[in-house]
Formats: sequence, C-alpha cells, structure tokens
Amino acid sequence: MTDTAAARGVEVQIKPVGAADLVVADDLGKKFDISPPLLNRVIERQGRVALKAVDGVSFSIPKGTTFSLVGESGCGKSTVARLLVGLYAPTSGRILFDGVDMAAARSRAEDKALRSRLQMIFQDPYASLNPRWRVRDIIAEPIRAFDLVSAEALDERVGELLTQVGLSPADGEKFPHEFSGGQRQRISIARALAGEPEFLVCDEPTSALDVSVQAQILNLMKDLQRKLGLTYLFISHNLAVVDHISDRIGVMYLGRLSEVASRDAVFMRPRHPYTRLLLDTIPDLDMTGRERVPVAGEVPSPINPPTGCAFHPRCPFANDRCKQERPDLLTAPEDGAQIACHAFQEGRLPAAGGRT
Amino acid sequence: MALLEVEHLRIEFPTRRGTLVAVDDISFTIEEGEVLGVVGESGAGKSLTGASIIGLLEPPGRIADGIIRLNGRRIDNLSYEEMRRIRGREIGAIFQDPLTSLNPLYTVGRQLVETIQTHTNLGTGAARTRAVELLSEVGIPAPDRRIDGFPHEFSGGMRQRVVIALALAANPKLIVADEPTTALDVSIQAQIIALLKRLCREHGAAVMLITHDMGVIAETADRVAVMYAGRIAEIGPVLDVVKHPSHPYTEGLMGSIPIIGHRLERLTQIDGAMPRLNQIPKGCAFNPRCPKAFDRCREERPDLLPAGPTQSACWQAAPAGLTWTSTPPAAPVSQHD
Repeated sequence: MTDTAAARGVEVQIKPVGAADLVVADDLGKKFDISPPLLNRVIERQGRVALKAVDGVSFSIPKGTTFSLVGESGCGKSTVARLLVGLYAPTSGRILFDGVDMAAARSRAEDKALRSRLQMIFQDPYASLNPRWRVRDIIAEPIRAFDLVSAEALDERVGELLTQVGLSPADGEKFPHEFSGGQRQRISIARALAGEPEFLVCDEPTSALDVSVQAQILNLMKDLQRKLGLTYLFISHNLAVVDHISDRIGVMYLGRLSEVASRDAVFMRPRHPYTRLLLDTIPDLDMTGRERVPVAGEVPSPINPPTGCAFHPRCPFANDRCKQERPDLLTAPEDGAQIACHAFQEGRLPAAGGRT
Repeated sequence: MALLEVEHLRIEFPTRRGTLVAVDDISFTIEEGEVLGVVGESGAGKSLTGASIIGLLEPPGRIADGIIRLNGRRIDNLSYEEMRRIRGREIGAIFQDPLTSLNPLYTVGRQLVETIQTHTNLGTGAARTRAVELLSEVGIPAPDRRIDGFPHEFSGGMRQRVVIALALAANPKLIVADEPTTALDVSIQAQIIALLKRLCREHGAAVMLITHDMGVIAETADRVAVMYAGRIAEIGPVLDVVKHPSHPYTEGLMGSIPIIGHRLERLTQIDGAMPRLNQIPKGCAFNPRCPKAFDRCREERPDLLPAGPTQSACWQAAPAGLTWTSTPPAAPVSQHD
C-alpha cells in the first residue's frame, strides 16, 4: 500500500468470512504445467513453464445472490468456475462452501452430501448431454447418485423437474437430439436442479443460444432463483447479460480480478480502465449516435504476461509505476468496490460516465 | 438502379423426405455504398441468402427460383468459371472464422498477391507493394514485415483484418460479410466493426452485413432486414426498425435483448422456437408464437407491405387503417417451449 492510497483512505482488503456468504474464494490460484516434454527440457536445457490461469482471486457470494465473472477469452473465468465445483484442484488458496473448506479431508458420505449442494450448467447444451441416454435418465442420474428419492418416486420427481424448467413430463422419454438448443439448455438446468443444489455454477449458459432463446433461459434462471433461493456464479463475456442477472460483478483480466463491485457501481461508476474499455465496446442499441473509440491492442498471452499491471500496455492512463508494480485489489471507501489500479488509487483517473 | 437486386429468391434443399424450402420468396435491394444488415436467428436463412449472392451455395442446396442482379447483370445463372471472375473483383466476402478463410500453408502476402494479380494486371513487385498498402490500411502494425507471416502467427483479430484486406484487394463494389465479428472478443469486435465501416466508406463499397447481433447492426447498418423462417419479416431504415418495430417478431426480438441500464425484472420472451424447415406453419410462419395473431394470420401468408417507414410482412401492420406503433409490447406469456 502506498502513502497516496492511505491518504485517500483506501486500505488493503481483508476478506471477512461473513455468515451469510455461501461461497468464499480466498486467494485462489491455478497453474497449468505447459512445460515441454522431459527429453526436450534436458536436451534444450529448458526449464519448466507454468501458465498462471488464475492468480490471487478472492470473492464471496452471499446466499441467494448472483455473482458474475466477466472478461474476454483466456482471462481465467471458466477456470474459476471449474475450481469452484472441484473439476480442478486449486494450486493455491482455498474455497469455503458454507464455511467448510472444500479441500479438507472428509468421509465419503460427508463429501457426497457436500457435492450434492453444488451443480454446474455448461455452455454447450449439445456437448453436455449424453446423446444415447433418454432425457429421463439424464435427469435421474444425480437423483440416483445422491439417493435423494425412492425408486418409486423417481419418475414423479423427474416429471416435476421437467415441468419446473418449462418442459412437459412426457419429454422424458425423448433423446437429446429431439430438442432445440434452448430446450436442451432447459434439460441441463433440470439435471442441475435434480441434485437439489443451493449453488449453481453457470459457465456461459446462454452464449450458444439465439437472443430470443437466451431471454427465455435468463427469465427461467431468475424465476428459479426466486423460487428456490439459489445462489449463482454466472460466467459470461456479455456485459448486457451480466447487467441483467447479477447482484455483484467481478471483472477479470489475465487471471486476476481487476474490479469487484456491485452491479450499479460497475455500470454507473466504472473505475478500472479495463472495465471502462469493456463498457465502451458494447454496441449501442439505444442508437444515440455515440461515436465509440475502439481501444487498441489485444489481450496479451498469459504465458508471458506483462510486468506490473497486466493491463498497462493497453491502458491510456499507464505510467512507469503501472509498468513495474502490480496493483492490489483495494477497497474504495465510498461504496466498498474493490479496484486493482494504481491510477485510481492515486486519484489520477478522470471520472467516467457509466451506462445508464 | 440499385447495385444489387434480389427478386423472389427461393432456395431449396431436396431431401429424400421431400423438398425443404430454406429461403422462400425474398426480395430486397442494396444501393451503392449502402450497408444492409441482415439479422435473424440461426436457421432463418440469412447465411444462405448471402451464399447464393456470392455463388457459394453448397449442393444439394440450390436456387429454385428468383433473380439476382449485380449492376443490372444477372448473376444467379452464371457458370462456375464466370462466377469465379465476379467473386473477388465485384463481390468480396468475409466469413465468420478467419482461420478457415485463409490458407494455413501460404504466407498472408502470397495470398494477397495472388488475389490482387487474379483481378488486376499488376506485376509481382507492384502487387506486393499494393498488398503492404492494404495491410497497413487495415491496421496491421509493421505490414512490410508481417506480410511474410503465416496465418497462425496472427491473432484472431489480426487474422480478420487480413481477411478484410483480401476482400478489399480488388476494390469490389459489394462485400458480403457473414458474421464477421462473431468469433472475436468484444473489445476486438469493436475494432473490427469500426474498421469495416471506415474502409467501406473510403472505398465506396456496399456491404451486406449478416449477423445475429442486433447491436452490431444498430451501430453499422443503414437499413436492416429481419429474417424469420426463410422470409423477410421486416425491412427498413435501421433506426425505425430498432426503435419502432412494426412486426411482432422484431418487437419481441428487440425486447429479448438485455440492454445495459434498462433494469427490467424480466426480458420480453417470445415463446417457443423457430419452426423447423419441414414444419413451417400455414399462413404467417410466426403465427404460433405471435401474441397478436388472429384468424387471417393462420390462413393467409402476409407479403412485405409498407408499414410506416418500414416494410413489414404482418397483417396487423398492414396499412389497412391499423397504425400500430404505440400498442403496448407483447403481453407476458407463459414459458412453455
């Protein structure tokens, strides 16, 4: 922390583990080993190479709310989703689910009980459903795996789930190929709900769908959240979708969070220059005739990220400090938003209008 | 005379179970230097329309009826060789995935030089100079060095710039751009749209911009055609279509797009899905999903008729006394597919 930051009353964020937080990610990191094979390393005298897909990511999601991660391809948002459901093991940091450390040793039964409380919805409804299973069996699988209802009540429960997502119980007899993309995503949601979860990780659930179908799925997700009190982690690259569905938003860039704030703060008072860039790239459907200034440059390679702040090569406000020193995620006193930006912390960032 | 005239175009796919009509009797024109956006959901027939204009309709798909004219000359019935000479010189094409439009085995320079020499009589040296010029025009840094790079050495956004350079190489009067920004990240998408807009203005090229993203259309197009189930539902100046849609499908489509700052609890929802090609309903294809459908819609197919500033294929929007832009949006509907 610097003097200037202290002068503005900004302090290093210490993550409080609130009682109401269902999911807490604490300094989460994931490295992938992308080294060349051993023989090449020996002959060509190369060392191991690690790709930091996720680096020092911390956030918490209160019960019954939606937290969204946005960013461009390769920023690590899907890796975070996979870490949270346990498809990857974190290299560093920890995940607390309802106060329980996900990495801690547990008995098989305890583990099963914990796992049934979180489920995932994937992007591609064509790839995430087994084409050789009937819809009924696809949806019944988590129910059987977690022994949730008796065998007699199974059919009834599957029918109930199908109805809940806007399909008919008779659809259970069909195969996935008989459904359109939107209907398949409904089946995915029904399967996720079958485990009676409290927490759903949704990785780009509407990106493969047409807009009118996207609207159906987003409405369904909101209805289900209200009805069942679900907590969502929502991953998307589409800011308009995120604005529609989120309570809080984390903006990721090259494996790190650059801004975490409430939905209103992100869209009305975007502070991090990258957040402003993202907001500025959204095509203008309101037809105000606003001239957009496309920001130059592209996302750098995560294998060889820039020094200092990873965004500095594209940032119009970058100075020498940004090139050398990596900014920490610090809390702004006015509204509790967290921003990782030297320019903001030093107060040399011009005020930016949000999108209203 | 319009630059491009499409009249009563009909595209069919013969199958063992009967003929599927993918594009059914559509007509539109593109004026010189104009950007016409074509928007619709997957399967609406927008890409097929584009492919038939550049003569790249894949068999068994075929143009069953209709006329396509470029500069007054009929191009829908040309031989492969004749069409090949038009493609590139008079009509440029940009596709969604820049990696498949470029040959991975040749440097981008070689591909550009080849394209330039096919359509002009420049020598190799002059063609190469022109290629460097084109690359710098599309914003590729250090073009004299990058010209000898292979496609895999370029990022997605840079590759799409190379494809735009290729499309513009022979100064065509019309460019058919099929989802040019769909495979790109949002910040790169903004760069490519700005580039496409600027270059087409400078070169005086008209663009047929095919996309499913209404935002891209709103920002780029002069006029927009909304397609549904193989037909044009509505066509008109982009501002009128976006702000005051007269076809219920356009209205539903606009309402279903989440817009930043419009804090709606629910998005407008069009129930159901677009019909499959073998199940297109009688009458208006949209009638089973339309909240305003009445008897006539189920029986008789509406033609594209003037409805205020736009043309709309809807019995409700027809000028038979019903002015209709201020009716409330589609009633809330159940969510059954």
